[in-house]
Amino acid sequence: MADIHRLAQMLKELDDQLVNCMRCGMCQAVCPVFRESGREADVARGKLALLDGLASEMLSDPDGVNEKLNRCLLCGTCAANCPSGVKVMDIFIKARAIMTGYLGLSPVKKAIFRGMLANPRLMNSLMDIGARFQGVFTKPVDDMLGSSCARFMSPLIGDRHFKPLARTPLHKIVPELDTPAGSSGIRVAFFVGCAVDKFFPEVAQASLKVLEKAGVGVFMPPNQACCGIPALSSGDSDTFDKLILQNVQLFREGKFDYLVTSCASCTSTIRELWPTMFGGNASLRYDLSLLARKTMDISEFLVNIIGLDTKEPQGDGVVTYHDPCHLKNSLGITEQPRNLIRAAGCEFKEMNEAGTCCGCGGSFTVAHYDVSRKIGSRKAQNIMDSGADIVATSCPACMLQITDMLSQKKAGIKVKHVIELYAESLDG
Amino acid sequence: MGAEKLVKDFEAVVGTGNVMTSETDRHAYSYDAAVLDSVMPALVVRPENSEALGRTVRLCNENGIPLTVRGAGTNLSGGTIPHPGGVVVLTNGLDRILEINEADMYAVVEPGVVTATFAAEVARRGLFYPPDPGSQTVSTLGGNVAENAGGLRGLKYGVTKDYVMGVDFWDVNGELIKSGSRTVKCVTGYNLAGLMVASEGTLGVFDKIILKLIPPAQAAKSMMAVFDTMEAASETVAAIIANKIVPATLEMMDNFTIRTVENFRKAGLPTEAGALLLIEVDGHPAQVEEEAEKVETLCRKLGATDIKVANDAAERNAVWQARRDALPALAKLRPTCVLEDATVPRSMIPAMITALGEVSRKYDVTIGTFGHAGDGNLHPTILTDRRDKAEWERVEKAIDEIFDRALAMGGTLSGEHGIGLAKSKYMERETSRATLEYSRRMKSVLDPKGILNPGKIIG
Ligand SMILES: Cc1cc2nc3c(=O)[nH]c(=O)nc-3n(C[C@H](O)[C@H](O)[C@H](O)COP(=O)(O)OP(=O)(O)OC[C@H]3O[C@@H](n4cnc5c(N)ncnc54)[C@H](O)[C@@H]3O)c2cc1C
Ligand code: SF4
Ligand code: SF4
Ligand code: SF4
Repeated sequence: MADIHRLAQMLKELDDQLVNCMRCGMCQAVCPVFRESGREADVARGKLALLDGLASEMLSDPDGVNEKLNRCLLCGTCAANCPSGVKVMDIFIKARAIMTGYLGLSPVKKAIFRGMLANPRLMNSLMDIGARFQGVFTKPVDDMLGSSCARFMSPLIGDRHFKPLARTPLHKIVPELDTPAGSSGIRVAFFVGCAVDKFFPEVAQASLKVLEKAGVGVFMPPNQACCGIPALSSGDSDTFDKLILQNVQLFREGKFDYLVTSCASCTSTIRELWPTMFGGNASLRYDLSLLARKTMDISEFLVNIIGLDTKEPQGDGVVTYHDPCHLKNSLGITEQPRNLIRAAGCEFKEMNEAGTCCGCGGSFTVAHYDVSRKIGSRKAQNIMDSGADIVATSCPACMLQITDMLSQKKAGIKVKHVIELYAESLDG
Repeated sequence: MGAEKLVKDFEAVVGTGNVMTSETDRHAYSYDAAVLDSVMPALVVRPENSEALGRTVRLCNENGIPLTVRGAGTNLSGGTIPHPGGVVVLTNGLDRILEINEADMYAVVEPGVVTATFAAEVARRGLFYPPDPGSQTVSTLGGNVAENAGGLRGLKYGVTKDYVMGVDFWDVNGELIKSGSRTVKCVTGYNLAGLMVASEGTLGVFDKIILKLIPPAQAAKSMMAVFDTMEAASETVAAIIANKIVPATLEMMDNFTIRTVENFRKAGLPTEAGALLLIEVDGHPAQVEEEAEKVETLCRKLGATDIKVANDAAERNAVWQARRDALPALAKLRPTCVLEDATVPRSMIPAMITALGEVSRKYDVTIGTFGHAGDGNLHPTILTDRRDKAEWERVEKAIDEIFDRALAMGGTLSGEHGIGLAKSKYMERETSRATLEYSRRMKSVLDPKGILNPGKIIG
């Protein structure tokens, strides 16, 4: 820790953004972690004050600050509600990169991000092995935890009620696609995302089916890499940059009007973080912002671009909706997924606190399972109180967390992606 | 006594998880919402029940350690900035609503209950708790009583003190002092509950608060009146009151604030207007109709160029959204935002507005003004960058002059934000040397070691 000045210097670069926090404390009203703990260091105001203190060398304990910084879901609720417009997410993500650059990435994370995540083929084969042996080899898998947004393996810990890895991941079922535009005259690129690929291939299949029925051509290159959010939120910006490069090279090959995903986290990462957080070649940043502008959540695409036919409610089961933070807080998308549920002919019922984070937050749920579980169990209770038979959402990470929570409560409520409901309705 | 022994003692009182000693935890309690330098406490303690709170106070006194109670830390006057080497006592673990009595219309709460949570719970029982500070979604009732917090409804419904029926508090020896009662009338002894209101943690630590509740108004009507000048708007304010109409809310915004809010929300506000009045009347439906009509007529007579009356809940919300947006919109303009609180008699509002314009030009600082015109409580909001030393010096001078001007008009240093550290230096200007001495003598007897939030209010 000889060189805390250097750290302070790097953090000073955030100064312009940090000073915008007027310390009003209004973020206490919305932060899910603060709601459980009541600790100032858990809410945005406290964390910003810590970063400020470190930057002005009032604090001597970077490890302590880093630890507090990581007690955060990166759910963006504070930023979405901050009266002063403080770019809290920007600051936290940059700060994590600075802190990691300074303190170093843990060996476990290094192995995951640099060894696996940055190498999609290797990761796929390891995960395939994992899928086959997950019942047997709990321990080695357990070690891989530390990380990801979709927290691939985390469910295997302790008394979690986990959703197992899919028997066959999407990349085995549909390795690639390149179909011409149909009646709609539109062609999209489909970004699968690791959580969908490995846990919910059925979500991708439902998406592809809906796109096909809508007469939309699909370009889906093989060997897609992770969107990079797990690495970035752990402060590993090198791996983040590598992943972006790999993906951009793949998608450059195709011609398409929009880039569509069925994962809220991927959508917001590509749209918000690829252009702003990519540290590599400046000329590529321009391409990334063009790509970001074309990127859409699948329900947003269907409602805004294709248009939906409404259906009479079929009367079999009530559906409620959980807003993933990455759609609601980052992108402000709340209406389109609900419209999709209604268009699927389902009876829709709003739950209390639909827009409150489910408590997953990527590696947060691994490192702070107790808090994560409290937040999640409140979400589960709200879902149960709504009287719904199915809870739909738009993010595979949320699906994992909510499945865990509902299952622990033996709620008997199904968890689905909105696109699955809509795809099912197309059969009838 | 060694520091480690002390930590152990506190842990024995509040439990191991509730004593925070790390540098980072302590730093997180070194500031509040005021624009002042932060000060690190030596310890942060979080009692979770009434007995632990009392024993904490006693332990501090026995060891002569300065103690600062903290609710949500949203006060704007430095009231929760700790004393160097002191202990911060958090009340957010004491957040139970102990009783809501519908028949007798009162409630008993612990100090850490969040204001809006309480108001919602009261509303669910068909009753009404009017004080609504802008920070209500996070501020605590203990903090509200200790600051005598006000809000948008101050004009007709009063402020926190008008709802405090009693406060039970711990004295420095850890003895529980009871004041007030559950009855509407009570003259048992000194009005200690009254003394606790606005005491900012310097005289005792609240343990329970008894609050008065009232029936909600049956109907309400809101409107927005547009004026060419602040003068015309403030004359209208005076005229409304002179005509014996007391609106529930009567808020004003100047041209700078109107333009900033419009930039922020694009809600179609008249950016050319010199001033806006946002008015709400409430009560019995027939009375509301009549008063709304009278207010409208008065506004027109006194020069309103346009009046929009809200016809439904959505339109009513739009009116109040404009007011709620005032602070956030202004806060986004510059890095530092100093929200001032000088308050003048209602009739002096036009003069105060003129004075603010002069101060702004004289010191070359940006001031947006909005606030509770109905009760003379203006919020001149100074937008600046504290890192710019030269500018910050001008800002400090401007603030001094704003207070001087307000006092010269028979006004006061603070309508609702408290004195704390920020304004203790002006206290003598408004009151007198003798007043301060009297207060200090009283405090020295009640708190001989001077451990209760030292440095606040009376210096
Ligand atoms: C955006 C914003 C808007 C605001 N709007 C308003 C407004 O409209 N009207 C208004 O009046 N104020 C307003 N305020 C100021 C502030 O919110 C109020 O003063 C509020 O009452 C403070 O409550 P708190 O729980 O945050 O108390 P804190 O800030 O934590 O404490 C305030 C004072 O109370 C003392 N205290 C707290 N608990 C106890 C206890 N149990 N026993 C003894 N002393 C105690 C503290 O020591 C301190 O001196 C606003 C602040 C912000 C940031
Ligand atoms: S982050 Fe925003 S809401 Fe939170 S204290 Fe700072 S300015 Fe207020
Ligand atoms: S991102 Fe979410 S968890 Fe983190 S401080 Fe903001 S509201 Fe709290
Ligand atoms: S899983 Fe969804 S709701 Fe949960 S933290 Fe991630 S984005 Fe937020």
